[in-house]
Parts: sequence; structure tokens; C-alpha cells
Amino acid sequence: MISDILRWGTKRPEAPAAGTQGVRGDAPAVPSKGLPKFIAGLSQMDSPVLLDFGPVIGSNVEFFGERLGCKLFIEDLLADIDRHTRGGTLDTLPDAIVKRFRHGDASVDGILCWDIFDFLDKKAATALATQIVRMLKPGGLVMGFFCSLPVDKASLTKYEIVDEKSLRHRPHAGPAGPKRVLQNRDIIRMFEGLVVSDSFLLKTNTREMLLRRK
Amino acid sequence: MWKRDEAVKPTAPAGSSPAPTPAVGTPPPAADAVRTTTPITHSEPQRGMEKTTVNIGKSVVIKGELSGSEDLTIEGQVDGKIELRQNVLTIGPNGKIKAQVFAKSVVILGEVTGNVTATEKVDIRDNGSVDGDIAAPRVAIAEGAHFRGSIDMQRAGAKPSESKSESKQAASSAAQTSGAAAGASR
Repeated sequence: MISDILRWGTKRPEAPAAGTQGVRGDAPAVPSKGLPKFIAGLSQMDSPVLLDFGPVIGSNVEFFGERLGCKLFIEDLLADIDRHTRGGTLDTLPDAIVKRFRHGDASVDGILCWDIFDFLDKKAATALATQIVRMLKPGGLVMGFFCSLPVDKASLTKYEIVDEKSLRHRPHAGPAGPKRVLQNRDIIRMFEGLVVSDSFLLKTNTREMLLRRK
Repeated sequence: MWKRDEAVKPTAPAGSSPAPTPAVGTPPPAADAVRTTTPITHSEPQRGMEKTTVNIGKSVVIKGELSGSEDLTIEGQVDGKIELRQNVLTIGPNGKIKAQVFAKSVVILGEVTGNVTATEKVDIRDNGSVDGDIAAPRVAIAEGAHFRGSIDMQRAGAKPSESKSESKQAASSAAQTSGAAAGASR
């Protein structure tokens, strides 16, 4: 009762803005600096071809397919990592990555890597980067998240688009693995042929990077 | 008095009785007339009954081309091609399809290997699985569904410039605001 009286007249916490938080109630929406740039780049293209390296998410499909008119290819690399980890065949992952993609050279306008590179060793990361550079059209965009601190056991995350400026980070089923740090110079070297068009260091120590093919 | 009321009550529920009860005071029609008027007075349930759904059971295996003009639910196995251009195709939880699918609308609860084309919507429900390319103006994928392939939601005859103009504006404004914010934070 007394606490109610004391609380009376104080400023109440603001309700979350519609569409940014609390739709599912399981994870808050996290602002992204790279996503708006990536979307703006894609929306300049006519019927862009987009590769998503994360697991399929209905709202992302709706966002890119219906709103941006993308032709979307789901290439769930998290599932591949999960399968190879469980099977103890992670050493064969680089070869599997090379054989995986059916896309021709310079045939893709945008690639959503999310944080996939954090979970790859150097050989697999280089193999994937080579494939990305091969598949990307001139002017095409890549968005990737890179951690700044190594983590021994990190759970997999899937990224759900809430709106043009924010994402919801949701846990994804699969064995936890180590997260490796790729230095900026390593990233630039790996993606030879691409230029870093934007790079943002978030408060979470995640680097959101946008790369563009020359 | 109570007994008499119970005797008047029909045994079946009122909604399920197909024959109409004639109005009080009107002469009872001839038997033929009742037969002809019955569908008219119960036109709505009849219309509902006309739109039947055919069910292919768990144990049925079809190899070849399957086409028709009725809604279809498949719980069995189909290898080949399925064409229901004007109707809804439902792949049940036990359904296993290895086929090219063409339908007005496709609901997937089972497994599909092959390309799926729908003129209205493809709906992959929880535990549904698709390995193939989807082409439909609307695609819904539930949490827990499996999908590997491509999704093309371009509508035939749609004007992409009109539909994209709003999102382009929103995207460019979002980029501008984030760019400004980034500039401030840098």
C-alpha cells in the first residue's frame, strides 16, 4: 500500500513501440546498423537474388519475398555445421562448402551470412568466402556479423527480421561450438575482390559488416 | 404435459435434418415436390457438400501423374506430378511426395521433394518439409518447418515497381536515419 503511494506520480516505464519488441515475447528486438544499409542496397536492384545462410524463418521470407521482391535461396549452413559437428566430420566441411552451392558465377545480388563465420575454422571460412566472392554479382552486397571476443561454447543464433532497423536474436537448436575472432585484416584478405562498404561496432562487441563487390 | 413436449422434439439435432418442416397451416406438399424443393431450402449445406475433399490414404502409393478438379488431401506416397490448378492440395503429416506440384494452394504437413508452384499460397506447417523450389505469391513457413531450396514470390503480371516503391522509401529512410546515427556514434 505504502509502496503504491510512493510509486504514484512517478514516471512509468514506456511501453515498447509496436513492431519492435514483445511480438513473440521471447526475445527483445535488437537494433541493427547494417541491416538498413543492406535493405536499401537490395531495394535499388530489380528482382534481386538473395542467399540466406541461416535457417528458414517465415517472417524473413515474407519480408524479403513479399516486400522487397527478392528471389530467396535458403542455404542453411547452420544445419551443415550442426550435422558435421554431430558426425565428427568437421574436417570435411570446407570441401562440403565448395560442393554445396549450385549458383553460377556472378549470379547473386545479396548474401546474408549472419554470424556464420564465427563458427567456422580458418579453412572452412576461406572456402566459404571464396564461394561468396565467386557467386556475387558486381555491386552485390554481403552482410555478416563478426564477434570481437572469442567464446569457448556459444549457442547457435537465428536472426529474425522485426523491421528495417532491428532484428530478434533467437536461440537455434544445435550443439554449442567455439566462436573464433576474425580480425578486420583477415576478413579483407578473405574476401578479396570485395570492399568493406560499412562497418559498425555495436555495444555488444559485434561487428556488423557490409561488403560490396567492386 | 412434459411427456407430450418430449414426443414433439426431433431425435436428431435441428441443423442436421435435411427435410424442411412445412409451415403451420400450409397444406402438406406432394412427395415429389418435397424432393425438388429440399435442395433449394437447404442450399447452403448442399453447396458445402458439393466442395468435396478427396483423401488418399496412408497405404496408397501412386506413381505417375495425378490431376483433378477437387481439393485433395494426400496421406500416402506420390511419385511423379500433381496438378490441381483450381484447388487446394494438402499433404498430410504422413504424406510423402516426390513430385512436381501445381495447385491453387498447397498446405504441407508432410514431406515434399520437388518443386511446388501455387497460384495463391504455399503454407508449410510445423514439421512440414520441402526440398525444392517454391513459386507462389504468398508463402508461409511455420516455426519448426524444414525448407531447402528457393522461394520466388514474384506475381505473374504484378507491377514490382508499385509494390516495391513503398518498401524502397521505407528502406531508404531507414538507411538515412541509421547512417546519421552511425555517423554520430563513429
